[in-house]
Amino acid sequence: MSFDVARIRKDFPILERTVRDGQPLIYLDSANTSQKPRQVLDTLADFYERHNANIHRATHQLGEEATAAYEGARVTVAGFIGAAEPAEVVFTKNVSEAINLVAYSMGNASALGLGGRFALGPGDEIVITEMEHHSNIVPWQLLCQRTGATLRWFGVTQEGRLDTSNIDGLITERTKLVALAHQSNVLGTINPVRSIADRAHAAGALVLVDAAQSVPHMPVDVAALGADFLGFTGHKMCGPTGIGVLWGRRELLEEMPPFLGGGEMIEDVRMERSTFAPPPHKFEAGTMPIAEAATLAAAIGYLGDVGLPALREYEHGLVAHALEALREIDGLRILGPAEPVDRGAAISFTVDGVHPHDMSQVLDERGIAVRAGHHCAWPLHRAMGVQASTRASFYLYNTHEEADALAEGIREAQRFFGVGGS
Amino acid sequence: MRLESLYQEIILDHYRRPHHAGLREPFDTEVRHVNPVCGDEVTLRVTLKDSDAGPVVADVSYDALGCSISQASASVLADLLIGRTVGEGMKVNDEFLALMQSQGEGEPDEDVLGDAVAFAGVSKYPARIKCALLAWMAWKDATAQAMGERESA
Repeated sequence: MSFDVARIRKDFPILERTVRDGQPLIYLDSANTSQKPRQVLDTLADFYERHNANIHRATHQLGEEATAAYEGARVTVAGFIGAAEPAEVVFTKNVSEAINLVAYSMGNASALGLGGRFALGPGDEIVITEMEHHSNIVPWQLLCQRTGATLRWFGVTQEGRLDTSNIDGLITERTKLVALAHQSNVLGTINPVRSIADRAHAAGALVLVDAAQSVPHMPVDVAALGADFLGFTGHKMCGPTGIGVLWGRRELLEEMPPFLGGGEMIEDVRMERSTFAPPPHKFEAGTMPIAEAATLAAAIGYLGDVGLPALREYEHGLVAHALEALREIDGLRILGPAEPVDRGAAISFTVDGVHPHDMSQVLDERGIAVRAGHHCAWPLHRAMGVQASTRASFYLYNTHEEADALAEGIREAQRFFGVGGS
Repeated sequence: MRLESLYQEIILDHYRRPHHAGLREPFDTEVRHVNPVCGDEVTLRVTLKDSDAGPVVADVSYDALGCSISQASASVLADLLIGRTVGEGMKVNDEFLALMQSQGEGEPDEDVLGDAVAFAGVSKYPARIKCALLAWMAWKDATAQAMGERESA
């Protein structure tokens, strides 16, 4: 399959603009949020211009069209990730909400004394990893505080891989759920989800996969991964903000108590008590981001037209080139795998003598957008022995020339701050 | 180039050779402030002493981890505030805060702010204002606590 980056770049209007006094934009912050192609932007405008209505309850033509767009998006998402049926796809605001949905549902199952695999108490354990985004750490800390369960975690090696050497001690019959990132948002590391999921299942635990950083970049199949839950977000995959997905196995979603209560998630409401709709609607209280869901489907269509296997192959070459260019810089340390093996398109690094904030400032002055700080992964930075890092993250519209410009910008920062540049 | 307007030579000098750095004894109060956006942190100690004009800042010592702006800011702060009365120090603090909130339009008074006028360019970069303010917020917090302890003593 051919991959023509010049043609792809023409789809993204924002890449035509200049920043910081007329310099071309070099956008290397797609792990934060991606840019959007014209096809996606047109879908959003078209929905509001032609089909806008509330869904499920409007008894008129626009309501039918809006409902078809929203439920059609659910079908598209289900096909995209290999879900057994569209009802396994719950729309959320983002991955944080998707993870919180599961965590709060488990908390509710515990508080309501429902028993079963979702109820937690003292002696039960949740297992996460040290390389998680805060969104896959904090909800579990809060859940453990509410229920008396214990939080445990896999460490990371200094090479930025998951340290699975103590997996037998970590995943035990006490483990109720294992939650981990498919791909680290800092290190780019792609984790061996399948083998960990198999161990978790053998111990009777459930597996939740944070796929925010993988779904935009590679074909992801929930069954092949061995996940029970999987979350991803639209805005990192050419789609709009405000729309995310929680996929869960049907039997699990049926068993789980609701998270948010409100309109549309009910079956019957009386003043004393209510009963709830079957999934996915049980978890979709209130008016949902309808236009955003419809537009997410357009983003999936766009990525499908490009071809995720071709995209992945192109990014692999691009990341290999970028890693090579960065490795040549004296005093630069890449956090995470230095070779393009089992790693994605996010490259975080430190440079001796130049703080990440100062690095990003110098790069920004040259029109290069990167992220500086701890990237919502503070424990990971502590584990790697650094306070903060600079992250350049690539996507389908980035070029080898942009990776070279990054390397040159880093050297300029070294010169500016008078440290031993090369 | 705009970088020079942000990173004035005074700032880079303070960054490379910070004044009054390190944590010293004795001290009245110690605080630790963190910028949750980037992880920059400062641990700052304040020592007050009595004078005819009221409590005076006898010492400000600190351990700062962070970017050039946040480190230089701590250095300039210690230079400016050591030896001043708490009342004067708070006025300088207010003036610096106003400068940081000026969106590049501020006209700093060098008589009040000294080397801190070099930070005027920072106010044009919203992402960096917190870096410049980190040590100042920590000093205000530590000093308010020290004053509180004096009043309750």
